[in-house]
Order: sequence, then C-alpha cells, then structure tokens
Amino acid sequence: MDVLDLARWQFGITTVYHFFFVPLTIGLSVLVAVMQTKWHRSGDERWLRLTKFFGKLFLINFAMGIATGIVQEFQFGMNWSDYSRFVGDIFGAPLAIEGLLAFFLESTFLGLWIFGWDRLKPGVHLACIWIAAAGTVFSAYFILAANSFMQNPVGYTLNTEKGRAELTDFKAVLTNEVLLVTFPHQIIGCFMVAGAFVAGVALWNMMRHPDRDADAFRPAFRMGAVVLLVAGFGTMITGDFQGKVMTEVQPMKMAAAEALYEDAGPAPFSILTVGTLDGSKEVFKLEIPKLLSFLGTGTLDGEVRGIDSLQEEYEQKYGPGDYKPNIPVTYWTFRAMITTGGLAMLAGAIMLWATRRNRIPRSKWLLRTAIVLPLLPMVANSFGWIFTEMGRQPWVVFGLMPTSAGVSPSTSVGEVATSLAAFTLLYGVLAVIEVRLLLRYVQKGLPELDPPRDPDLDDADAPLTYAY
Amino acid sequence: MELTTFWFIIIAVLWVGYLVLEGFDFGVGMLMAVMAKGERERRALISTIGPVWDGNEVWLLVAGGATFAAFPEWYATLFSGFYLPLLLILIGLIVRIIGIEFRSKRDEPSWRRNCDIAIVFGSVVPALLWGVALANIVRGVPIDADGEYVGGFFTLLNPYGLLGGLVTLTVFLVHGAFFVGLKTEGEIRERAIKLGLRVGVVAGALAVAFIVWTGLAQDSLAVWILGGLAAVAFVLGMASAVAGRDGWAFTGTAFSIALVVATLFTGLFPDVMPSSLDAAWSLTTTNAASTPYTLKIMSWVAVIFTPIVIGYQSWSYWVFRRRISLNHIPA
Repeated sequence: MDVLDLARWQFGITTVYHFFFVPLTIGLSVLVAVMQTKWHRSGDERWLRLTKFFGKLFLINFAMGIATGIVQEFQFGMNWSDYSRFVGDIFGAPLAIEGLLAFFLESTFLGLWIFGWDRLKPGVHLACIWIAAAGTVFSAYFILAANSFMQNPVGYTLNTEKGRAELTDFKAVLTNEVLLVTFPHQIIGCFMVAGAFVAGVALWNMMRHPDRDADAFRPAFRMGAVVLLVAGFGTMITGDFQGKVMTEVQPMKMAAAEALYEDAGPAPFSILTVGTLDGSKEVFKLEIPKLLSFLGTGTLDGEVRGIDSLQEEYEQKYGPGDYKPNIPVTYWTFRAMITTGGLAMLAGAIMLWATRRNRIPRSKWLLRTAIVLPLLPMVANSFGWIFTEMGRQPWVVFGLMPTSAGVSPSTSVGEVATSLAAFTLLYGVLAVIEVRLLLRYVQKGLPELDPPRDPDLDDADAPLTYAY
Repeated sequence: MELTTFWFIIIAVLWVGYLVLEGFDFGVGMLMAVMAKGERERRALISTIGPVWDGNEVWLLVAGGATFAAFPEWYATLFSGFYLPLLLILIGLIVRIIGIEFRSKRDEPSWRRNCDIAIVFGSVVPALLWGVALANIVRGVPIDADGEYVGGFFTLLNPYGLLGGLVTLTVFLVHGAFFVGLKTEGEIRERAIKLGLRVGVVAGALAVAFIVWTGLAQDSLAVWILGGLAAVAFVLGMASAVAGRDGWAFTGTAFSIALVVATLFTGLFPDVMPSSLDAAWSLTTTNAASTPYTLKIMSWVAVIFTPIVIGYQSWSYWVFRRRISLNHIPA
C-alpha cells in the first residue's frame, strides 16, 4: 500500500471510531439535561438518580469522544497537508470557530457540572449541563459546515497562482444548502442514538431486576423510546430532503447509492440488486417502481441520472479518469443505514407496546433486543457517514480536488503505517476498556443518593462529592 | 497593524494560554510519579486539576484550528513535517485523558495503577516534546523550495531542541508543584513546595541556558528583554515559594512560562517556520497566511468570543478555588 491508501485507511478508521461517540454525546447530553430539569422542577428523586446514572454513562462516552477527537484535528495536517494548503482559507475557519465557540463551552461547563453539585446553586448547576449540551450542537454545526464545503463547494474562488481555494462569502459557507439539510438530519440522528441508548439500558434494567428501581426506569424507558420514534420519523423526513439536494448537487452519489447505471425517468428504488459490479448484468432484483424518482426529485416520474452518463459528462468536464465511487460500498452502506435505522424504530415500537400499562415483559427475545437496540441507530449513523464520504470519491472536495492530490507529499509509508498501526491498536484496547466499563455501570443500576449533609459540619471540612 | 501580524500574536497568545494552563496539569500528572504517597494523596493530586484540565486542553485545539485557518501553509508544513513527535504527543494525550477520566471508575488497585501509568506517561511525553517542537520551529528546520519539511525525526533531536524539551519538562514540574502548593493544605502542600524548589534550581539553570542560547541565535533586543523578564519572574516565583506565598509562587512560574513562550515567538517573527536550508524558503506571516477576508472574519470572531471564554474559564477557577486536604477525599 502506498501513502495514499494508508492515509485513507487511517482517516476511515479514526473517523468512524471517533464517530461512535459523537452522536451519543450530542443526544445524551440533552437527555441528561432534560432528566435533571425534571428533577429540578418536580423534586422527584427518581429523576435525580436517573440523572446521575445516565450522567455517568454519558461521561464515560464523552471521555472517549474527546480522546479520539484530538486526532481528527491533527491528522488533516499530518496526513493531508496538500488538502490543508488547498482549503485552509475556507475549511480552517469553521474548525477554529468550533474550538472557540463549542469546545470551550463543553469542557468548561461539563467540568462545572461534574464537580459543581455542591458548589453551585441548583439552578446554576442545571444551566451548566444545558450550556454544555448547546456546545455539542454548535460543534456539530461548524464541523458539518466544513464537511458540506467538501460535498458542495460554495462561497469561494480559485486562486490558480497560489493553488488554493479562497473564501469570498462566509455566509454562503454557513448556509450551504447541503449543510442546511445535513445538520437537521444529523442532529435528529443523534437523538435516535441517545433515545435508543436510554430505552435499551432502562428496559434491560427493568427486565433483569424487576424489583429494583423499575418505577424509576420506566419513565426513563418511555422517554427514550418516544425520543427514538419521534427522531426516527424526523430522520426519515430530513433524509428525504437531503436526498433531493444530493440528487441536485452530487448526482453521482445518488446514482451510486442506487447502483443506477442508466438514466431513468421514472426511476425505481432498488430494494435489493445482485449483479455484476459494472452493472452489465443483473442476476436478481427487487425494486419499487417510481420511488427513486420521488426521493430524488419529488415527482413520481422525474428523471434520475445514471452512473454511465454522469461518467461521460465528468470526463468531458474534468478530463479522462474514473469518476465513479466504489459502487458496492455506496449501494450497501445506503441500504444498511436505512435498514438499521428502521429496525431501531421497529424495536422501539415493539418495546413500547410490550410495556404498556405498567407491564414488565419477560420475553427472552425482548431482553436481547434491549441489548442490541442502542447499537442499531449508532450503526445507522456510521453507515450514513461512510456512504456520504465514500460517495464523494474520487473527490476530496467535490469537483475541485481529487482525494489523491490531498495527501501529504513529504510523509513516508513508514510514518503513516506506524501511526495507522498505533491508532488501530490503541483504539482496539480502548474499545475493550470502554465497553466493559459501560456494561459495568449499566449493570450496577441506579446509584443511591448521598445522605443529606450533616448541618453541624463546617462546609470547608466536608468531603468532595466528586473526587477522582 | 497588519491582520497577519495580529493573527501571529493571537496564535502566540493561544500557545501562551495552552502552555501556562496545561503546563501545570502536566506538572501535576508528573507529580503522581514523583511525590504521591498512597492512594489518598494520588486522588488529592488529581482532584486539584479535575474540574479544569479538560478546558486547559482546548487551548491546544483552538491554537491548532487557528493556525489551520490563519496560516494554512504553516499548519500543513508543521503537522506533516513533525509527524512522529506529534504522533507521540497524540498518543500521550489520548492515554492521559483516559487515565484521568477512568481512574476513579473502578476500585481495583491494578486498574488505578494502570491509569496512573497512563497519566504519568501522557504528562511526561507531551511536556517534553512540546518544548522540543517549539525550540525547533524557532531554530529553523530543513524546508525546501516547495515549503515541505525534508528532515527526519532525528533532525529534531538536536541539542537546542532537546534543551528546549528539558526546559518545558522541568519548568512544568515546578509549575505543577506550585499549583499543588496553592490548591492543597497540610503535609502534601509542604512536600509539593519543597519538591518544586528543589527541581526549580535545575529548571531555572536549564531555562537560563536556553534563553541565552535563544538570545545569541536571534540577535534581537526584545528577545533579551523578554527572556530576562522570564528569568526574573521565575526567581520571584521561587522566592515567594520560600516565603510561603503560594499564590505568588504560582503566578511567578505562570509568568515565566508566558514570557519564555513570548520570547520564542518574538524571536520567530516575522517568520513562522524559518528554513535552515535557505532563508528565501522560510514560511513567513505573509507567505503562509490566509486571505485578508478570512483573517477579517476570524478576527471578529476572536475579538468577540475570546473575552467571553476567558470570563467563564476564570469563573470556573473561582468556583473551585477551595484548597483540598486529604480529609476531603472520600474514603
């Protein structure tokens, strides 16, 4: 493998891994804030215990998110220095603003939240988790602004003398039509992850220990399941908007998602196609007529461009070359995203039904579903990103810079191979540690609350409520 | 003032912020190995930085992002050129985050020992390598006509670079010890200050040697003045520690770190990464910069939000101002 292949594998591995933690962090920060708000308003101690329980799971996940997040910022420069030179004028700004506006908020106010239980007034303490949660959402917006530029470059001009894209309209970058559809789709997708996580963990606890805190886990489960279902419909709707924008700005990606080789109008939606990779022969296919036209254009007989004609068009526009992404990867990841997301909603609905009128189900299958449930939307999120990034290939910035031109010219195979091996190994070890730790705390169940503080004891002598 | 100069100053300020703040939490991390006796003391040490270390680390992320946005050429050359040291720093930071965050999550002594190893490793490696990297940037490294770094890993391990690394390592240790002196009470406080003073003698000697070397190499009056002030701040910090003035001792090391970083950036200006092969190939604030439009937008964002960030970060230090004693650590 050459430097390009290794750098691409490294980007894929580190980014997909980092992204296991991001949606849960975004969604769960808000759900924990909601739980604490419920306690704050009602004084119901069940919500306080839930806040502390899910708060701890959140923090374990958050730690992994920040640990793997630093690599993201560094590796643009380390492995993709020519890309950085080319887009720095545009891409760097949202990245820097993310740090200044979002990361500082998250880290400072989470620190205040974790350690401030007995140092801050309850209202101020509650505000801290909400501010941290807002920080995670800002962060998503600016990162997606940077990514959306790569999907659909706007607000720039090419400076051929300097060999770079230069920013001319920052507002256009922040209101990129791809960004405006991706941001809601992604944020709502984060709520699917967090809803499924809360619902799965709560139901598992109710079913395994029906006589231990079932009255507290039940409302948490319902909250999680409802969030999952509502967010599920939300991702479908926003995904539909996104499909239309994608068909317009990146028609090749939509064609690749469907393995649609020839222009078609009306175009069918492929549920399953088995055939040769170049589309010359189909062995078996199952499709819904006209659906792709509707998804792509909003009308039942709208024309959707096929891979072959787009390839021809791009060759005329950009010169000879292969402008097709990896079709099996795009085709299957697109389907896997929809399928796992749909299964999550189905599982959530079944669980809600099974727990109606205060029932605690006993089915072994449902227990297994509760264990798998948190993983489904998480996997759907990952597939969605693998699809959207692989579907952009062979471009790193669509239409402007091929991925192969972005790699660092000065780094050696040895260097990239070393870092690829180091991160893969380290991430593997961390995965084992993280999963075991999460399972341990899930199984422990709700924490007991500390006894009220002895009023005679001077505040200065009291033990820290939270100490490392 | 030129926007490029303004952004050079902003990046210098971000590095000052990063090294002054994370400097003391690296120092506390290293103290886990050299002074903590028993589990309670280790917990007390970690608790002194508990609420703030993560916020300190964000200064690095913002410094990196700001370099990317304001000086893409600098970012690209630096990060691809210093590949292996940055990889080591990243691994150090990752295991340190996990060590700090996960150490209290299980009670087994072996778990906590492993976390402590991660914390110490993740504090020593970046504390040493940041100094090596900064010194090399100022000294100049082989950069070719295309702005590419053409040296290797061992090019960076020259005497000046290594001396820079030893300075940050030892000064951070003293800075951390004085922070512990400020944030704890009882016997642990006394031992921290005593240790800080002992290491401080070595750190001070190394720092003076480094400052003199920098001054001779850069031939600039401002470098001598700032370097001299850094030395004075360090001596005053040490003297305050002897006098039992914990706040002033920590302020002294904080100022000395800030002034050493200012010395380095002053020596660097107007280059951002001088080439040791040919001065014409050096990256400068002008040839490495983004467009004026991007810099203008970034300036507005920085001018508005930096004071807000400094405001709430200061507030969080105020909220957690109380000293910690071993009695505060739950059994």
